[in-house]
Parts: sequence; C-alpha cells; structure tokens
Amino acid sequence: MCAHPNPTDRAGGLIYQREFQAGLRKLSTNDYLVLAGTFHGVHAITRSITPKLPLAPSTSPVASSPGTTAPATSGYSYPNPGVPATGLEFLETDKFHLTCFQTLTGTKFLLFTDPLTGNVDTIMNKIYELYADYVMKNPFYQLEMPVRCEAFDRHLGAWLRGRT
Amino acid sequence: MAAPPRHVSMLSISNSNTGAPQSASSDKPQTPQPSPSPQPTSGLRVPSNRKTIYDRHLNRSRNAELSRASFAYLFAEMVTYAQRRVTGIQDLEKRLNEQGYPLGLRLLDLLFYRSTSTSSSALSSSSTSSSPPNRPLRILPLLHLIHGPLWRLLFQRSADALEHSVSPDTPNEYMITDNDPLVNTYISVPREMNMLNCAAFIAGIIEGVCDGCGFEAKVSAHNQPTEMWPSRTVFLLRFGDSVMEREKVLERNGVK
Repeated sequence: MCAHPNPTDRAGGLIYQREFQAGLRKLSTNDYLVLAGTFHGVHAITRSITPKLPLAPSTSPVASSPGTTAPATSGYSYPNPGVPATGLEFLETDKFHLTCFQTLTGTKFLLFTDPLTGNVDTIMNKIYELYADYVMKNPFYQLEMPVRCEAFDRHLGAWLRGRT
Repeated sequence: MAAPPRHVSMLSISNSNTGAPQSASSDKPQTPQPSPSPQPTSGLRVPSNRKTIYDRHLNRSRNAELSRASFAYLFAEMVTYAQRRVTGIQDLEKRLNEQGYPLGLRLLDLLFYRSTSTSSSALSSSSTSSSPPNRPLRILPLLHLIHGPLWRLLFQRSADALEHSVSPDTPNEYMITDNDPLVNTYISVPREMNMLNCAAFIAGIIEGVCDGCGFEAKVSAHNQPTEMWPSRTVFLLRFGDSVMEREKVLERNGVK
C-alpha cells in the first residue's frame, strides 16, 4: 500500500504531506505545492460544471448550495437542492487511485493509493479523525498554516503501522 | 413570517388553559417532575427538567463525566488565552499555574466532603462530623491524598509514581509522575518552545491543594519523555521552610 494524504487548506495551499511507504520516488516540495494548487483549481471547476436543472417558474429560487458563484443561474437548481455539489472525489489511473475527501469547512485530504488498496474510506476517516483530534485541538496550531504537530505524526504513523 | 403566528397561537392556548379548568393547569407542572427521577442523568442536561448541576447531589460522581473533546477544546482556548501578552515560556507556565490554583483550593473541599461521606454511612455521619475529617497533617499523607484521591477525582486513575528527592540538599522536594497527563493528550508543543509543559495547569491545582491544607509549596511541571510515554510529566513539589520545620516538630511529637 502506498498512500500520501495531503491536507490542502481552503485556498489551495498545501499544509501537510506525508508518505507511508518508504522508498517511493519523491516529488520535490515544489511539485507537491503545484499539485495541491492545481488540484484545488480542478476541484473548483468540477464543482461548478455540475449540471443543473431549470426550475419551474412557480417555485421560488431555493437556497442555492453554498459555494456556487453564479447569480445568473438563479433559475436553475441541482437535481437535489438540499445537497451541495461536490467536486472531484475520485480519480483513477492504471497505476494509482487518487481519493479526495473534503471536510465541511473545505479542507481537502488527498490520498494516493495503489489500485489494489481497499477500504480507502476507512483510512480517510481515520486520518480525518486524527486530524480533528491532534491538529484542531492543539492550541499551538494556527489555522491555514503548515501542520507541525508531533502527536499527529506519531499517532498517524502508529495507526498505519498497526494496519499493515 | 412563520414565527409570529405560532407564537400567537401558543399564547392563546396557554390563556385558554389558565382560564378553563384549574386541574388541567395544576397537572401540567407535576407531570414533568416524576419523569427525571426514573431515567438517570445521561447526555446533556436540559434546564427545563430542573436538573441542573446545582440540583445534583454533590456526592454523585458516577455519571458526572465530561466529554474529553469538549475539555480539550476548552483547555486549548485556555492555553491560547494565557498565551496572549505573554513574554516567555516561564511567564506562560506561570499563567497556567495561576489558572489552576483557585481550582485546587476549591477542589480540596469537595475532595474531603466526598472522601468522608463515602467512608461513613449516612447514619453515623453525626459521629464522624464530631471527629475532624482526615485532613493531612504530615507531608506524606498529603502526598498520598494528591497521588490517589485527587488524581482519581480529576482523571479517574491514580498518578503513576510518587518519589522523594534523593539528593540530601533538597529534602523538601517530592515528585509526582503522570505518564500521560490528560491535559496534554492533544497538545504538541512546537519545537522552539520545547521547555513548555501545559500541565503547569495541573501543577497549579496541586499547589492550590497544598496551600489549602496549610502546606506552603511551589509546584512545577517538567517534561520527562520516555520511549513508551512521550508526554510523561513530572510534577516537582517544593515545600517551604516553615513546612519542613513543622514537619520536624510533628515527627518528634509522634503525630501521624
């Protein structure tokens, strides 16, 4: 299994990057930053191109999902207006899978895995849980800044070591 | 536009109720009262069922546990608050200590109240109240009180070690060790502040307890990480000279 989750902040900046498989050929730090920024843009595009249905003229414009930036599309709505449009969640190639998990506040976790790796959702949930515990409850972590929390690293490493 | 009409209708209902039969209105306040007693306290307490924290018996600690996450957020805010307008790490630890100190003074009363009433039954409470509660007079009982009952009251387990300083120069120093302090569970101190230990808050609580018992002491928290316990913390208790003098007198007189 190879995996590197990259929490990306709301503006598309990379705040954490880690590999869980020793010996993988590494990208340069700059490449990771470019990757995170590019993915952030692509994610925004995929969200905004979500097809919309025209509204019947009688119904009032339902509270359009947050994040959509188009006053001109007020006559249109998503098929299920209560659920906001999500962007790219899964990307598949022959050699690897890329899973994106977006939190409610817009932080994205990218996980690159081997195509044979199962239970990516479980891994993702655990990473999110550890992030919520050891990063967000840490008074010394400043929002939107790179994550340098020793307890987070330690628990993430320990959990993944226990899985493999 | 939805809210005002509902309000009006509620008002009219309550008006008609008070105007009409008296028995109906007297029934109403009585029905909620029996319901809280069968179902024990669980989850968030709603003030409307008249069971706030002030109505509970002081001695009932079984279900009075707090969510660890809410405490973690609260403590994180306390650390952030203490960090404002602070000059250095020592200053920050002093502030955390000051936050814990009044807590220790007050916890002491609760601790004695609970430890005396659990050891004696309700019937013999009058006889035990005539004899003084088990207030520690010597240093060692005080340390056992902190190591055991106080730690259990705060963290539901005893502290991990209790030591006396081996150095002959400092006979007034004692160490209490906690392998994994609850307050530090989610905290990673940045590298440039690695001397800081946020358990200075607990050190403040201990200091409050010692002072409340009449033992003047200075308590500080120190990191002593091991491979197994990365957030192992040692609380160093330094008793004042007056305490040590009294200790000698008491020892001569055979007071335990």
